[in-house]
Amino acid sequence: MVVSKEEILHIAKLADLNIKDDEIDEYAKNLQDILNFVDVLNSVDTQNIKESIGTVNNSNVFRKDEIKEFGDRDILLQNAPEQEDNMFKIPKVI
Amino acid sequence: MELYELTVHELLEKLDNNEICLEDITKSYVDRINDKEKDVQAFVSISDKEALEKVKTIKERKTKFAGIPIGIKDNMCIKGTKTTCSSKMLENFVAPYNATVIDKLDKENMIYLGKLNMDEFAMGASTEYSAFKKTKNPWNLNTVPGGSSGGSAAAVAASMVPWALGSDTGGSIRQPSSLCGVVGLKPTYGLVSRYGLVAFASSLDQIGPITKDVTDSAMLLNLIAGHDEKDSTSVDNQIKDYTKALKEDVKGLRIGVPKEYFGDGINEEVKTTVKEAIKKYEEMGAIIEECSLDIADESLAVYYIIACAEASSNLGRFDGIRYGYRTKNFTSLKDIYRNSRSEGFGAEVKRRIILGTYVLSSGYYDAYYKKALKVRTIIRQEFEKLFKKYDVLLTPTSPTVAYEIGSKSNNPLEMYLADLCTVTVNIAGLPGISIPCGVDKAGMPIGMQLIGKHFDEETILRAAFTYEQAIKFRENQKPEFKM
Repeated sequence: MVVSKEEILHIAKLADLNIKDDEIDEYAKNLQDILNFVDVLNSVDTQNIKESIGTVNNSNVFRKDEIKEFGDRDILLQNAPEQEDNMFKIPKVI
Repeated sequence: MELYELTVHELLEKLDNNEICLEDITKSYVDRINDKEKDVQAFVSISDKEALEKVKTIKERKTKFAGIPIGIKDNMCIKGTKTTCSSKMLENFVAPYNATVIDKLDKENMIYLGKLNMDEFAMGASTEYSAFKKTKNPWNLNTVPGGSSGGSAAAVAASMVPWALGSDTGGSIRQPSSLCGVVGLKPTYGLVSRYGLVAFASSLDQIGPITKDVTDSAMLLNLIAGHDEKDSTSVDNQIKDYTKALKEDVKGLRIGVPKEYFGDGINEEVKTTVKEAIKKYEEMGAIIEECSLDIADESLAVYYIIACAEASSNLGRFDGIRYGYRTKNFTSLKDIYRNSRSEGFGAEVKRRIILGTYVLSSGYYDAYYKKALKVRTIIRQEFEKLFKKYDVLLTPTSPTVAYEIGSKSNNPLEMYLADLCTVTVNIAGLPGISIPCGVDKAGMPIGMQLIGKHFDEETILRAAFTYEQAIKFRENQKPEFKM
């Protein structure tokens, strides 16, 4: 299997990344190298094996679902590249 | 002997005997940073002035670790200070809250000496992928310190901090500790809260101590372990005192040595030195047996699929809206997302986002991601089988000693092999510790890894402590800052 130019551009679009024309080959090669490497998994028999999401025997640690005020609105907003009236500001979308 | 050369338990002893005062300690480290940081480049930011001011305010040692300094990897949030993840994306990000581990250190009234360099978003094995600087290995300044917690390991090795916190997703505490000749512990997944640790791969990440010796490792683990309701994966187990495990006794301890970690991919001098350590354990009364961990090769593949898949999802939050880098070049909202991410992330982070997005994308999800999760189950089962027979597993920590800066950074796949011996431990969520066991002909440190059962940090700490007391690495070997 070979990763095509179209595929790299499709994946980049899904990931919200720009890939310049002169970078496509390198990204394709890197991805291809790793995909070849992970092909080793095809030799593992996983019939009747369940997926593991976590690692420690799946006991959920629950807490009450309560709203707690964070309190310090200013410190949250100070990291925003642009803000107005206590809100994050973005370009017009409609 | 200078104060900065001491371990934390040695410093505490001197404090208890009134031989020194708290200010002496912080001053000693600040002087040391002023002397060595220009060569080692371990810090992203240094808080020397704040540290000196804070220590003056501590008139009385109300808690055991009051006034003891520490360094923090720059992916853990300290409220009101920059947390950059060594990325342009977060270059100006000021943490709005404390990570839970920081809250715990604050309760002790400890002193922060600064934030330590790392591979961008903890993705790398040499700290060369930091967007800001390349950290040097204090044993030889032309070589890498390992990664991703390379700044933390180098700062401890260079005695610029007495101890540090790192994070470990596939070996990022243990591998740099091995390359820098210090002790690095990755706790069992769920033992330490991840709240306030910038997420890389959430099902693999753990915070842990990087220290000069095993005693300090147990003490720092005591400080950071415990359930936290803000991290639903942190486990509500009984609190332990890990220093109680520090006994010189491995008689009858069953140590399994998986033969797959002594194969072609491992440097000969590393193999020889680790085998000598195994012999030492045998002399001390441990029962050694060769065993097989059949899935060693597949583990690295599983790791890169799962870690990159989780990373591509976790890093989706960096969109230039609420925090982080925003492009100047936009007209639409979509432009902000794409251009901010493309300009803010470095090459390795983008490579991993692309891989992660690929394995999660429609048409490939089953073949790669789902398959990896199934093999993850098999890996866990393999460990379960081995731990019915053995108390501890022993392997090299890193396939090689520290290598020259620049020699692997252009070959992503070769760099990934650095994690060969460590990733399985994260996949199965087990605890692992790396301790120094010797040096190669060029004088570069070699580390070995002890792997334990889930939540059985005590046994690997005891085994590590026993060996450490027997060979006294720290007393015989010191980094020389070779140019």
